[in-house]
Amino acid sequence: MGLEAYIKDTGFLTTQVNAIIAWARKSSVWPMPMGISCCAIEMMAVGDPKYDIARFGSEVMRFTPRQCDLMIVAGTVTYKMAPVVRKIYDQMPEPKWVIAMGACTSSGGMYRSYSVVQGIDQFLPVDIYLAGCPPRPDNLLNALMKIQEKIGNTKASQFQNVPLNEEGSKLPELNVIQKN
Amino acid sequence: MDLKTLIPQKLKEKFPSAEFEVSDYRDELTIKFDKKDIVEVCSFLKSDSELEFILCSDITAVDWATRKNRFTVVYNIFSIKHNFRLRLKADVDESDCKIDSVSSVWHAANWQEREAYDMYGIKFNNHPDLRRMYMPEEFIYHPLRKEFPLMGIPGSLPLPKK
Repeated sequence: MGLEAYIKDTGFLTTQVNAIIAWARKSSVWPMPMGISCCAIEMMAVGDPKYDIARFGSEVMRFTPRQCDLMIVAGTVTYKMAPVVRKIYDQMPEPKWVIAMGACTSSGGMYRSYSVVQGIDQFLPVDIYLAGCPPRPDNLLNALMKIQEKIGNTKASQFQNVPLNEEGSKLPELNVIQKN
Repeated sequence: MDLKTLIPQKLKEKFPSAEFEVSDYRDELTIKFDKKDIVEVCSFLKSDSELEFILCSDITAVDWATRKNRFTVVYNIFSIKHNFRLRLKADVDESDCKIDSVSSVWHAANWQEREAYDMYGIKFNNHPDLRRMYMPEEFIYHPLRKEFPLMGIPGSLPLPKK
């Protein structure tokens, strides 16, 4: 089932660097659980044995952004909280992805009010918008699978979120191996 | 004696010059009076051995928008000894949007007055730390005032850059 089935007794495997990096990345997406309100309860349910996010290699919820590559924004983001969410996102190493979990994060949801940001895409790049109030755990797993699909289809050389430095030019590219 | 008659009677004895407007609606006693007496009345209600309103449940305000006295500050207090709730009201006008703080009487009033200040812009004199409770400190409006639009004022709350 795993990689060892292909290796057999020769011990060699031929593949592309992009393919194996994408395969490794998508099979170990480490989420940053940005649990701000009630969606976080469903996010916790995803971690329990019934739904078991470990089946997708994402059971390591890291509570430090420096070890994460997927931010699950679960809950209502207020204007006061927005700079905090953005700061945590900025602390995550590239490449990184964002799930806007639930109606509030995607569009403000039922909180059509002066204090709630009407969709976190106003200050964060969002990869998946997840419907529901709150979404069921299965739905979050579906979003994770969509993210995995996206990671699997992205070449290591094609990361979109490469940050710009102060002069506006791109930082050195990440795919050193390919240049050799 | 019933507390509903005892409380107004004691207040009138203690503060003969003040005017108390007593109303009883749905079995809830409300007493309205001038804002200058607020600290004296509250400390009397708390310290009097027959009443002992030692719990300040809530302090909030009402914006009447067009009335002469635009705001009413509302104090919900509770006597654990008698299991009795009492509501105090004091009018505050927009031109003199201030009332004395009762945080010296009940420490719980500290944050509740900050909330009322944040939402209505009513200043509480002698408050130890009158900062906003919910909104960011640099915000300049008071959201529960009637003229404040539901969706806020565009650009008043900055978002981080994308």
